[in-house]
Amino acid sequence: MVAVDSQGPQDSAVRMFRRERSIPLRGSAAALCNNLSVLQLPSRNLTHFGVVHGPSAQLVSAAPEGVPLAQRQLHAKEGAGVSPPLITQVHWCVLPFRVLLVLTSHRGIQMYESDGSVMVYWHALDSGDASPVQAVFARGIAASGHFICVGTWSGRILVFDIPAKGPNIVLSEELAGHQTPVTDIATEPAQGQDCVADMVTADDSGLLCVWRSGPEFKLLTRIPGFGVPCPSVQLWHGTVAAGYGDGQVRLYEAGTGTLHVQISAHARAICALDLASEAGKVEHCHGECVPDTQVCGARFCDPSGSSFAVTGYDLAEILRFSSV
Amino acid sequence: MSVRTLPLLFLNLGGEMLYILDQRLRAQNIPGDKARKVLHDIISTMFNRKFMEELFKPQDLYSKKALRTVYDRLAHASIMRLNQASMDKLYDLMTMAFKHQVLLCPRPKDVLLVTFNHLDAIKGFIQDSPAILHQVEEIFRQLTETYGGLSAGEFQLIRQTLLTFFQDLHIRVSLFLKDKVQNSNGRFVLPVSGPVPWGTEVPGLIRMFDSKGKEVKKVEFKHGGNYVTAPKEGSFELYGDRVLKLGTNMYSMNRPVETHMSGASKNLAPRTQENIAPNPLAKEELNFLARLMGGMEIKKPSGPEPGFRLNLFTTDEEEEQAALTRPEELSYEVINIQATQDQQRNEELARIMGELEVTDQPRQSASKGDDLLAMMDGL
Repeated sequence: MVAVDSQGPQDSAVRMFRRERSIPLRGSAAALCNNLSVLQLPSRNLTHFGVVHGPSAQLVSAAPEGVPLAQRQLHAKEGAGVSPPLITQVHWCVLPFRVLLVLTSHRGIQMYESDGSVMVYWHALDSGDASPVQAVFARGIAASGHFICVGTWSGRILVFDIPAKGPNIVLSEELAGHQTPVTDIATEPAQGQDCVADMVTADDSGLLCVWRSGPEFKLLTRIPGFGVPCPSVQLWHGTVAAGYGDGQVRLYEAGTGTLHVQISAHARAICALDLASEAGKVEHCHGECVPDTQVCGARFCDPSGSSFAVTGYDLAEILRFSSV
Repeated sequence: MSVRTLPLLFLNLGGEMLYILDQRLRAQNIPGDKARKVLHDIISTMFNRKFMEELFKPQDLYSKKALRTVYDRLAHASIMRLNQASMDKLYDLMTMAFKHQVLLCPRPKDVLLVTFNHLDAIKGFIQDSPAILHQVEEIFRQLTETYGGLSAGEFQLIRQTLLTFFQDLHIRVSLFLKDKVQNSNGRFVLPVSGPVPWGTEVPGLIRMFDSKGKEVKKVEFKHGGNYVTAPKEGSFELYGDRVLKLGTNMYSMNRPVETHMSGASKNLAPRTQENIAPNPLAKEELNFLARLMGGMEIKKPSGPEPGFRLNLFTTDEEEEQAALTRPEELSYEVINIQATQDQQRNEELARIMGELEVTDQPRQSASKGDDLLAMMDGL
């Protein structure tokens, strides 16, 4: 796995990573894309990890050295249907005044307090105009200001308005821009700076839509795909980083959609991509092969990018790496 | 999950089943005409039009247990019998083989090539029977119609659905261990060398462009793997070079195949707890089975043709031993559908099962059947 990594402008030494102690999971990770969410809580010396197993998701919190402290399992809300509903993604959304944990499934969208203890909101998906052969699900989760945006199977993006506290969450807008199932959503970590474009959404056709958030979201640019899905996307300081089903990573300028960098990064489809928010240049500095494991989730565990975590299909542990 | 996954799962598992049965029939020196009859009967039942119609309807995947019942029926579609232990082993081998194939498919779409590899081999088993050959070619056409136009994203969802079905299955197969395809912990070996998927570039290049789209810089980096360009794409036509070897018959050598039951991976326990607990969806699964097997026309053994028992193990003692030592969490309870208190459903099920009933089918132990019935009554 190549970690799209970052380096501070002064430091020109190549960074190397080594394996650290793994965090055990009660259930193995499902073969989904973006199957790892990380919430850093530096003030409490804790890191939360979220991994989807199947019909359940696992939350585990760990101390700095990877010592597991607490575990919790969440389940997809049941509904009418034949098989137990499967979860598609679990993701922490950091909003100005609170942090919510969002779970998307084949039934709908569940939002919890950040430790997963209380469900504060449930939104059932409307499968109204789905054909019998179409899978119905929600997938793609990101926070944008005081909004949480969630993608759906139809390509529509649901925008939820989140109050500073309490369960009074409201679906405020549905964005049209995609015609195929949404795969991932990313928002600008540096909110409040002079960023016009602060959200990017991706879909199964590889199309990227760049948006400006607000009481009404505005579509700024479309970056067309080229026949392969874009399962994972990030946005940072006006640059879109997208990983594609043919192993390519591409960097675009968010405002114009101009392609700046194209990397033939992997020999298989990219399942997860993350950027460390305190970043500088992008340069390949480390390649790691997790033997005999199909990686399905990857996240940096701190803003400087000095450590990251990885999940793999069928693997009941979270692998951790930190720079030497 | 994708509702288009079942035909691919069923056909590929069926293909593996035929490879294994063919190998065991030869290993056990079953006379050629009897062996051919068994394979013909099974293939003809598998590709029965009504059955295939049910299979291709958009639907969710069912549990491993429910699906096993279908293969149990299929394996007994002819004059051949299998004891529980042999049937268990057969199913283990089938599922681990296809799991391996799905995992190693370079592109999600390549699972269709794997399916075509199985169908190509199946055609080889029934070359002298034009009627069955025609049935199989019909299914080729139906597969092309159903899957030919799907996008990469839809195949990605199908792949994820298949991998969910196979999650946490780590049965060690001695043939895989010997060929270094599987590690001793039950995990499959994932090669990091060889051709890249069709449509993917060999990793190792960073290209930078200016705002006018002109390439201004090229940097190479070491990827860590050892990849080469893919020579050509496999054919999706009725006849053609599939290029991919996954899904071809790896049992063509006369090699005994054992599965390791003891020391099963620790990770198996949490997941299978879900399987053992009473399944509130059993009713839906039974309905599915009834529908699916309603389309399955099992020919009753006609004439004086004597049946025979096939053993997946090298000796009868080994088979007995395997039955005794199979870990509880890996046991497949064969669903024995009999009387229920729902009169209408009872009649319908009894009618379907009556048509399928084979006279000397060994009865399952009373307690297992009772548990299932009690569960059904309680729904």
